[in-house]
Parts: sequence; structure tokens; C-alpha cells
Amino acid sequence: MTEQGRIPWYLKALAILAGLWLVAPTLVVIPMSFTGRSSFMFPPPDWSLDYYRNFFTHPIWLDSLLTSLRLAAVVTVLATVCGTAAAFGIVRGRLRGGGAMSGILLTPIILPQIVAAIAIYIVFLRTGLSGTFLGLVIAHTGFAIPFVTVAVVANLRTIDPELERAAASLGSSPLTTFRTVTLPLAAPGVLSGAVFAFAVSFDEVVISLFLTSPALRTLPVQMFTSVTTETDPTIAAASTIVVAATTALLLLVVASPRARRAAIQDFSSTARREQS
Amino acid sequence: MDRVGGQLTRTGGPRDASGAARSTTGGVPASRRALWYGLPVPALLVVGASFLVPVGVLLHLSLTEPTTGLDNYFSALGDQTTRTILFRTVRMAVLVTLLCLLVAYPYAYTMTVCRRWVRVLMIAVVLMPFWTSLMARTFAWVVLLGDTGPINRLLGLFGVGPVSILGTTTAVTIGTAQVLLPFLVLPLYANLKGIDRRLVQAAVGLGARPVVAFLRVYLPLSVPGILAGSSVVFVLALGFYVTPALLGSPRQWMVSQLIASRVQNLLQFGMGGALAVLVLVLTLGLLALTARAARSSVAAASAGREP
Repeated sequence: MTEQGRIPWYLKALAILAGLWLVAPTLVVIPMSFTGRSSFMFPPPDWSLDYYRNFFTHPIWLDSLLTSLRLAAVVTVLATVCGTAAAFGIVRGRLRGGGAMSGILLTPIILPQIVAAIAIYIVFLRTGLSGTFLGLVIAHTGFAIPFVTVAVVANLRTIDPELERAAASLGSSPLTTFRTVTLPLAAPGVLSGAVFAFAVSFDEVVISLFLTSPALRTLPVQMFTSVTTETDPTIAAASTIVVAATTALLLLVVASPRARRAAIQDFSSTARREQS
Repeated sequence: MDRVGGQLTRTGGPRDASGAARSTTGGVPASRRALWYGLPVPALLVVGASFLVPVGVLLHLSLTEPTTGLDNYFSALGDQTTRTILFRTVRMAVLVTLLCLLVAYPYAYTMTVCRRWVRVLMIAVVLMPFWTSLMARTFAWVVLLGDTGPINRLLGLFGVGPVSILGTTTAVTIGTAQVLLPFLVLPLYANLKGIDRRLVQAAVGLGARPVVAFLRVYLPLSVPGILAGSSVVFVLALGFYVTPALLGSPRQWMVSQLIASRVQNLLQFGMGGALAVLVLVLTLGLLALTARAARSSVAAASAGREP
């Protein structure tokens, strides 16, 4: 590894500037949310918790938060089950046409968002799903499934199939093998897939903008509306809450599954050594 | 969450899946195969119902509503305003890609040569915007670029301004580039990490000036990373809706706003569909092209190109 002293100063300066550009804008919203004025000034001239009181007392904000949480919870369960099953089928089932299947499952990621959004809008408008919770669930689940599948597929690749074969040769039934060997080993992948599904649904705004109605809004849609039409400064508090929550979620993911994966890899390499 | 997409597409794409499926020949009995084939069905049904069928319907509408034929496409491309908007969108996407490349390259390069803890920090910095709400970040840009925002007051200290940045194509470019930057940094870093730096040292040892060694040895080897990252950034910028809608001006629409307005306000599903299909074709064509270019550049690099 190169010594840090050998990195030219201009490279360091450029990297620091790029890092600031990535992080700083997000941090601006935090002091903004504690201001007492109704106009956006940075840095804020005085401090208060007014916007937080607004957020937690106004039905518009609180309802949209609850809608988003409910939606993301349902989507997480559905997308994790469907996405994990598909990943197992593709990797462990060695299906003919598995490539085509993963291709189809990845379309929600590849499609430009505006294209997907209006396509879903037109079809859901005609089938009466527009403006309903069910419509949001279907669209978000479709959007979240690829993220789960990709995470679980990547994880399944790292699991040694010999472990499953060993269990089978020792007389365990396929179901028992799956329950006691495969699933525990795949758990970190499934878990990070589930977290992805939650985050994807909780943050989704473009498709939701077309599917929501004034009576049914998700939090990102309410934030969008508050910037474009209502100019409601409560959005600063909403942003801070969302940033804090997602950062906590990120720390959770970075901290726990990696530690678990490391422990599992350690275990399986020990197992392999004992086999030989 | 469109920003996570591109990276995931590459880390676990369809090609890997089929490769693994073929490499292990199944010793699975026929009776159990049906069960395996059943597993992906729910996922395929949901994705089909929520994405594939709607896009099919959109394509159908663009060709049949109000009249059957290519009328929607001809009138879209024949309209001066639409052409202006398409051109503005492509120009914005090109600028965003160049800006991202300019910022991402030194950043990704520094990641390959710095100390371990610095690298961990730099990865965390790249991943953080990935995770923080798109709406929160776009709102932050509304504050930063506003007429009384910190950037304008900083300019005021130097006696410049106030400059109206918010509501211009410049604001859209700055905001979009920041949102899309991680999509370029991550694949580029993955590529640069794999380049053997002794090749550059060898070139310098043989008498090449460092700049020449960089341009003739290092840069060509990083072309696959540049192509992979910048094509994703370009494609995502083309179809971006939120940032142009909030940071841009109603008089300087991007194509996504035009599509949304045709469909949502004017209920011209055929025309909106035709514009969306144009964006989709542009997207898929570009992705196919860069995939091909990346393959040939890898082939050329491994064949050892003579100067």
C-alpha cells in the first residue's frame, strides 16, 4: 500500500471537496429544522422546536408518515418472501431460463423512473387501483423485489453447496436441510434484502406521486407537495427525521450482518478444514 | 431509490445468474423440478403486473391512441418545443455525466492509494447519500441554491450576486449530479482497484513523463469503469423527475416533466406514451452500446494494444 505522504496535495484537495459535496447538503437540513422562522435562512437566526411540534401534531404530516411506515412494512414482507423464493429458484434450482428470469426481475431497476411511473399510472387508473393502498403495495413490491433478489443471490453464491450435500448425505430431509443449514447461512442476505426493500419503499417518490391522492399520501409525496405548492417549512423537520432514521438503519446493516457473515465464513472454513 | 439500481445491476446481474445455473449440472429429480420452477413465479407475477404489463400497455397506447400508426412519434419529433426540451434534457444529462466524471475520478483514484481507514471513511461518505432520502437531499438544494441561501451569501462576500440559481438548468445539473455521483464512484473504484500500478511505474522507469504514463497506460485501463459508471449516470439523468421538478423552472422543462404533464394534466396517453417510449429506446440503446464498447475495450486492453 502506498504511503499517504505520496498522495499529491491537489488530489487530496479534490477528494475532500468531492466528499463535502456528497455529504454537506444533507447536513444543512438539520440546523434548518430547529429554526423558529417561517422562511428558510441558513444558518438559522434563532432556534425552536416548532417544526417538530408541527410534524407530530398536524394530521397531514403524521398520516403520511404512518402511511409510509405501513406501506413499507407490508412491502418488506411481500418483497422479501417473493424475492428470496425467486433467488433460491434461480441459484439452487439451476432452472433452465434462469438468466431470462433474472432479466425480467431486474426490469424495474433498469426502466427510467418516469417511464415506469406513467405506465403504472395509466394501467392503475383504468383498473381502479390508482389512489388506493393496494395499488401502492403492488407497485412498490414490484419495485422492491429486484433489490431483495440481487442481495439474496449474491449471498447464496458465497455458500458452499457441499454443506447442503453433507447434510443430505447424513440423512437429513431436503426440508430439514433447508431449515437448519441453508436458511441460517442465507440469513444475512435475506436480512439486507429486507432492509433494502424497506428503504426502497419508504423513499420512493416518483411512482407514488402518480398513485397517491390528497387523501392518501406517503411521506416523500407530502414532502414533494410541501416544496412545490404549500411551502410548508415543516419539511425541514421531516427531512431531519428521515435522515436520522435511515442513517440508523444503515448503521444497523453495516454493523450486524457483516459481523454475522464473518462469523459464518469463519465457521464454514473451519468446517471445510475439518472435512479434509 | 433509483440511485441504488445501477450498482446492483452490475454486482448481481442476469449474466451471473445464468452462468451459475449452467455451470452446475442439476442432479435434481424431475418430480422436484416443478417445485423449483414454482419458486420464482410469485416474484415474476408481481413484477409482470406492476412493470411489464404497464409498459406493454404504454407501447400499445402510443401506437393506437388517438389513431393507429406512428402519428404520435411523428408529431412529437416534428414539434419544435418538444425537440427543444429533448435537446435540453440530453445536454443536461451530458453535463451531469461530465461533472460526475470530473469529481468521481480523482475521488475513486484517491480511494485506491490512501490508507485503509481513510478508504473506509471515503466509502461511507459515498454510501451516505445512497441512504439518505432523495426528497431530503433535493430540499437541501432548494435551501442552498435559493436567493438568500448560503451560496448566494458567500458570493455576496466577494461582491457577486445575488445570482438566481434556483429555477435554472444550472441548478438541475448541480442537484442531479450530486444525487447520481455515487453511481459513478462505485463502479469506477471497482475498476481502478484492479489496475496494476506497476505498469505505470514501468512506463515511468522506461522514461515516460508521469503525465504521459497516466494518459497512455493508466487512463486506457480505466475505460471500462468510466463507461460502466457514466452510462448509468447518463441514463438515470435522462429519466430524472424529482430534481428537475423542484430545482428547475416551469419554463425550462426536462422531458420527464413534459411526459408527466401530457399524461397527468392533459390525459394524452398516446402522446405521453410515445415520448416515454422514445426515452426508453434511448436508454436501452445507450446501455447496449456501452456494454459493447466496454467489452471491446477490455479485449483491446488484454490483447496489449501497440502504440
